[in-house]
Amino acid sequence: MPAFLTPLQYSILEAVCARLVPADGAPDGAQMGAVDYIDTLLGAFTFTPPRIWAGGPFSGRFGGAASFSDFEELSPAEELAWRTRVEGSRGIPERERLGPVTGLQETYTRGLAELGREFLALDLAARDARLEEVSDFTRLVYEHICEGLYGAPEYGGNRDLAGWHYLNYEGDVQPRGFTDAEVSEA
Amino acid sequence: MSRDFDAIIIGSGPGGSTAAEILTEAGLSVLIFERGRNHLIDLDNPAVLPQRFSNDELKYITRHFLGPDPWAEPRTFRTSAADGDRQVIGEVNNLPATVGGGGVHADGKLPRFRQDDFLVASELGAIEGANIADWPVTYDEMEPYYAQAEQLIGVAGLAGANPFAAWRSGEYPMPPGPPMYGALVTSAAARKLGYHPYPAPTGVNSIAYDGRPACNNCGFCAYFGCPIHAKGDPVAPLRRALLTGRAELRPQSHVSRILIENGKATGIEWIDARGERHTELADRIVVACGAMETPRLLLLSGLTSEQIGRNVMFHMQTFVFGIMPFRVHGHIGRSVTHVHDDHIVVDGAARAAAAEAGLPWIKGGLVEHCSPSHMIAEAKQYPWGPQHKIMMRDSPMRDRLLGFCMQGDDLPQFTNTVDLDPAVTDIWGLPVARTTYQLHAHELVASRHHGARLAQIMKEAGAERIMTATSPKTTGDLATSHSEISQVPISRHVAGTARFGADPSSSVCDPWGRLWEAPNVMIADSSLFPTGSGYGPTLTLVALCLRNSRAFAA
Repeated sequence: MPAFLTPLQYSILEAVCARLVPADGAPDGAQMGAVDYIDTLLGAFTFTPPRIWAGGPFSGRFGGAASFSDFEELSPAEELAWRTRVEGSRGIPERERLGPVTGLQETYTRGLAELGREFLALDLAARDARLEEVSDFTRLVYEHICEGLYGAPEYGGNRDLAGWHYLNYEGDVQPRGFTDAEVSEA
Repeated sequence: MSRDFDAIIIGSGPGGSTAAEILTEAGLSVLIFERGRNHLIDLDNPAVLPQRFSNDELKYITRHFLGPDPWAEPRTFRTSAADGDRQVIGEVNNLPATVGGGGVHADGKLPRFRQDDFLVASELGAIEGANIADWPVTYDEMEPYYAQAEQLIGVAGLAGANPFAAWRSGEYPMPPGPPMYGALVTSAAARKLGYHPYPAPTGVNSIAYDGRPACNNCGFCAYFGCPIHAKGDPVAPLRRALLTGRAELRPQSHVSRILIENGKATGIEWIDARGERHTELADRIVVACGAMETPRLLLLSGLTSEQIGRNVMFHMQTFVFGIMPFRVHGHIGRSVTHVHDDHIVVDGAARAAAAEAGLPWIKGGLVEHCSPSHMIAEAKQYPWGPQHKIMMRDSPMRDRLLGFCMQGDDLPQFTNTVDLDPAVTDIWGLPVARTTYQLHAHELVASRHHGARLAQIMKEAGAERIMTATSPKTTGDLATSHSEISQVPISRHVAGTARFGADPSSSVCDPWGRLWEAPNVMIADSSLFPTGSGYGPTLTLVALCLRNSRAFAA
């Protein structure tokens, strides 16, 4: 059950992520969890604490008790800043100190509406052409895909560590770390 | 209102923490204010260090967990008044706003300055358009404080390995940690061309030290808090100060004003996390907010010296990257393990390059041998589509990339300033710090001269392709060979905005770091520096703070 996206928005975004990072030997961007990462960010404040900063010190993947899933509490100032970023300023005076802010939720809602259900009916080449046309939105989604695929899975993406595994990347290695030989040898 | 503490310290970074250690050691009680949150130390039981930091690129790089939030507490930037009131609002040279300050996110390179860095005016001489002054202290006077700073923080290094280093009275407290593979490649090439790379002096434990463990090479070093406290700065002095029982640390407490009457500070006003305002009185005030927030606070406090905020210096960073035909795994190890100083020395070639540009001399800076490790940042550089995974697997911009970063000396200029932005405020309603900054021709000529030499080393190391870039961007005739990394200087090495000196008409602080206008206020950060040198400021500001705090406590 998505935290923010409607089923239609979710489907369109899946199709977008599959084009921005297509499958090769490894799964495509949606299959690796990018849509769930974006949905978790857009719906961060439906969770308590909000899913902005994962906890620490260890994920448990290389030993130690797993604590990344215990997200950090936000201070009042941090909550104000992140709600402004995610939800937008919406005419609330304390969020408009530096002028109106369009939130990520609105940017996604509009961007996906502009692509619309008809995006799903296009063939792959036509989908790519459409994504070129909405280049600002495409760029934003692409940056979020990069965060979703190569960030820690506790943020909703990097499903089954697929983003790290296809690159043979270890990810967070504390408390094991690396040996001196691994540091110095080719 | 009562005075509950002998001294108030504003800022808990390397400067404030060092002041806290020295003042409490002298028997004074101190109250430390920190605007950011505390993830570093258990305030109820400082003997035990909590583990809260993590290996998490999203949290630290993408989502600025260590603060300040660029919307809640922005800064502004412009190159001159011709740009209008500002060009940029948001992140401008942000050092962390968190308990521990810049020490938390740094990878802990802690070099000393050289003798001539304290005597630039008298040894190298004036340059037109630059506001160069000697320091009111010499290296010989600083040496014992450098040695003590290295002991207190815990610095790993190899005495005698750098032929250009100033004299030192003893060994480093710890041997160097393991050399990174990529740095071994670039060091070998540099040595072959006659340069002198050496193990970077680093405030990261190579062995267990001061009750903290040796570094385990996790790779999340620069820009990250250390999950196991293998970095010593500034948790080591902060912990000692708190363990005396005479120090209290108040996080999420933003000091908005120093109260000053008739040339004497009486206390401070501060804002708590809910926005409520309070007053705290004390007879001694230490300001350690960093070289941008310190002049901002002095100006918010109504101090009037024309010198406040002048001469702001960054490092002019010149990057030379080489794409290698092999993997370099820069994500394994402590970010930077090798550096070389050859470009700091004003030699014949540097003088010739200077003369050609009509300058008497040019000075480069410390060169860090580095390799990028951030995968999300890498991914965002590649195009979307089928190319994405091809590039990620091939990794020319991360796992096959070696780099040099020269921390080029940036000359002080009277017209480069930090002042109060006329309109932009933080969430507390206070005007934010605005930087007005342009490079001097010196930095451009030095970047071009030394950048070309670094490119030769990269070629020798076997790079398939070599790229040079600078931060800040360069403009004019001298800019042609370099591409820009950012308009705003990304160097976190910032200094010079409350310089100390012997003459109140040309300095903000006296030779002991005390405000001429209110001598019971001491500045304890790199704001004091009259010149910047080509070295990171942290060890020098800590050493200076050791010297000045003893006098301030008396």
